[in-house]
Amino acid sequence: MSGTPKLIHQARWNEPVVMEMGVKGRRGIVFPKAEGDAAALVPAGMRRRSAPALPEMTEHDVLRHYLHLSQQVLGMMGVSLFGTCTMKYNPRVSEALGLRPQMAELHPLQDDSTLQGLLEIVHRFDLILRELSGMDQFVFQAAGGADAAYTHTCVTRGYFAAKGELEQRNEIITSIQAHPCNPATAATAGFKVVTLMLEENGYPSIEALKAALSNRTAALMINNPDDMGVYNPQIAEWVKLVKQAGGLAFYDHANFNGVMGRIRARELGFDACMFMLHKTFGGPKGGGGPAVGAYGCSAELAPFLPKPIVVKDEATGLYRMDHDRPDSVGKVREFLGNLHIVMRAYAWARAMGADGIKEAADIAVLANNYMEKRLLAIPGVARSNPEAKTWRMEMTRYGLGPLKEETGLGVIEVGNRMTDYGIDAPWLSHEPWVVAEPFTPEAGELWSKEDIDLWCDVLAKVCDEARSDPEMVRTAPHNAPIGRVDSEAPEDPARWATTWRAWLRKRAALAQQAAE
Amino acid sequence: MRRLGVIVNPIAGMGGRVGLKGTDGPEVLARARALGAEPVSGLRAARALAELRGVAVLAAPGAMGAEPCAAAGLACAVLDGVTPDAQGTREAARAMEAAGVALILFAGGDGTARDVAGVVGTRIPVLGIPTGVKMQSAVFATSPAAAGRLAARVMAGEARFREAEVMDLDEEALRAGRVSPRLHGVALVPEERALMQAGKAGAAVPDEAALDALARRIAGEMQRGRLYVLGCGTTMRRIKRAIGFEGTLMGVDVALDGRLLAADVSEAQLLRLTEQAPATAILGVTGGQGFLLGRGNQQLSAAVLRRIGRENLVVVAGAMKLAALDPACLHVDTGDATMDAELSGYIAVRTAPDRSAMIKVAA
Repeated sequence: MSGTPKLIHQARWNEPVVMEMGVKGRRGIVFPKAEGDAAALVPAGMRRRSAPALPEMTEHDVLRHYLHLSQQVLGMMGVSLFGTCTMKYNPRVSEALGLRPQMAELHPLQDDSTLQGLLEIVHRFDLILRELSGMDQFVFQAAGGADAAYTHTCVTRGYFAAKGELEQRNEIITSIQAHPCNPATAATAGFKVVTLMLEENGYPSIEALKAALSNRTAALMINNPDDMGVYNPQIAEWVKLVKQAGGLAFYDHANFNGVMGRIRARELGFDACMFMLHKTFGGPKGGGGPAVGAYGCSAELAPFLPKPIVVKDEATGLYRMDHDRPDSVGKVREFLGNLHIVMRAYAWARAMGADGIKEAADIAVLANNYMEKRLLAIPGVARSNPEAKTWRMEMTRYGLGPLKEETGLGVIEVGNRMTDYGIDAPWLSHEPWVVAEPFTPEAGELWSKEDIDLWCDVLAKVCDEARSDPEMVRTAPHNAPIGRVDSEAPEDPARWATTWRAWLRKRAALAQQAAE
Repeated sequence: MRRLGVIVNPIAGMGGRVGLKGTDGPEVLARARALGAEPVSGLRAARALAELRGVAVLAAPGAMGAEPCAAAGLACAVLDGVTPDAQGTREAARAMEAAGVALILFAGGDGTARDVAGVVGTRIPVLGIPTGVKMQSAVFATSPAAAGRLAARVMAGEARFREAEVMDLDEEALRAGRVSPRLHGVALVPEERALMQAGKAGAAVPDEAALDALARRIAGEMQRGRLYVLGCGTTMRRIKRAIGFEGTLMGVDVALDGRLLAADVSEAQLLRLTEQAPATAILGVTGGQGFLLGRGNQQLSAAVLRRIGRENLVVVAGAMKLAALDPACLHVDTGDATMDAELSGYIAVRTAPDRSAMIKVAA
């Protein structure tokens, strides 16, 4: 598949937006004149006074335009080691299953008796996640990792409210490199946020945790490893201290890929955890599309879970949705969540098997450490927490700070130039940036050694180019449909709009301003 | 036509290689020369200036600007009658402000930064090419080339500006082995436009907005009859403004019942005031070094702190500022080992309303 870095060229059609492509009188379909008074079928108050301002085009022109757009948008299909996202192949067979009418045409308000196959999949996948985590119950309502973290803050609130401690326990502890959704959802749910800083070995110290814990502590929300890739070996001790202080411990398993099948959150003492099915479990992701944050917890917290819960009646073998849960926090999303993603994740887990899941975790760690050898051999690349000597897990944060010092070109310019070689610009870093010019590649178990080599070769080549032809790198990309996005425009309300009508209005105002 | 002002302190950095910590004052400079120190500032300035193309430049004369410009192949208009010393630096800055330059790019160290920023304040932006021995101030780029590139972006109208603290060390104290930076003022400096990436990450809340919100929160939380001892620096100024007074940027002020009770107080005043009422001390974090006490706020002595009590210490700093500390650790140096030991450990620094960061404090 791979080889030496080669320049590619993406499609560029350079067409105006569809609203400007109409020609008066053109039609997509010419309908026969309706018999009788069609207008009378629409109540008077709902009738348009004038026709909508749509561009007048033929069906062929419309189809051609959108095909061109799709080539520009989807034309990039190269090697993407897009870190913190755990890029996985989405097997076609799962996609085909998801399109079957038994899945695609279900209605969430159907009677349970007509949803038995779907409920069985939900229940069986719940059992698989229980096996991987040691938790007692999972729900799939949350439509993403942040939504699952939010679910945890809701459950935490419900749990302490029931104990009469919510007033007192109003703090949630997290770390500066935990995914930002943890402090964000804690704040959304009304908790104060206490952040622990990373220390020399790449994770916060246990002394910092002890200083943060008190009878105000409601919960710890933490990733392990976080995006630095350092596994905190004291995690069981951490959880013990949180429990002793009376708080709950939540394991954000966004970075589960390196430890799948190797550790169980419950065995480490955690009360709850979250898995991202659209990432770790082979569901499609990207474009902000459908996602699932599977949230699981101990039996002690289960009464507070969002409802309904899918349960199996062992006597009859039938499945049903249990809505009768008086302590439930209610809903974090409508119905049972994005079940077509649950179904794909179930298909992935069944295809992998327990041993396959463990092997994938090991391959992910191995691939990352192979990649690290290659990356650290490239002049200009630095590694986060250079003092931390332990092996990194499934990904590592690096920085192009040394290259920037030397050439003035940083990770944005380098990433732009990498796309000229068919390599997606790398994921940089969550906020705040604690590494200069950060980037975070993640090989996972998907990408071959050749792919990883190509990725590293391209980075090395672009770093060389930054020294030999800095202007070319600075003005990259050269082979993409859109060269560079004006990063100021999205911050200037006069220059963007969310509707065509608003854009016309703003454009007119700008033109008038320019004329004056 | 936008013009760039260029001022070079030709003797900056000469003390460094001969171990003199700096060249503030003519006697020290003479000693540096006697020890064989050679000028380095002009060469480093030229390296920065080489990054600029097609920019209209107004330079100080000779080694103070025109010569490094020529060495970098940059044509420039030259100021008249400026002497190559601190006084000349200040005169040049004043003349450049009057000439309406878009940016003063200066080469030197903290002393030069003080001279330039002391004249122009935050009225026009300044940027330092690091050529000195001491560079505590946040007005310097990381390298000469980086300074040149950033200046080029300013001249192209592609930069944002922020306020930065101008610090300087007491050289005498430094030669005696003590590091003692003091805050000398505030300058307006360019920064690289936040390089945002599309997609997954939302924009970070900048420290400024979070700190202003926190300042309002803190002002609102203040109890009647309680003294609030407010430290120095720009973060503390936000709180002073939120309470409703301007206060002293570089001094410690005391507030009571929503008004300024005493400005720029001494240790003796603090001891007298804290005798009469319970007090809370609110402190910022100094620059890149992460000092909490003992740098520029020596008025808050061990005796004063003992009176106030550790539990009544409130520390405020922006999350980004804390994240930039490497290692993540704050320092105290009250001159009293017992007090320093009491203050050591971990402290919750307030970073925004309802947000804090637990960070190590070391003596």
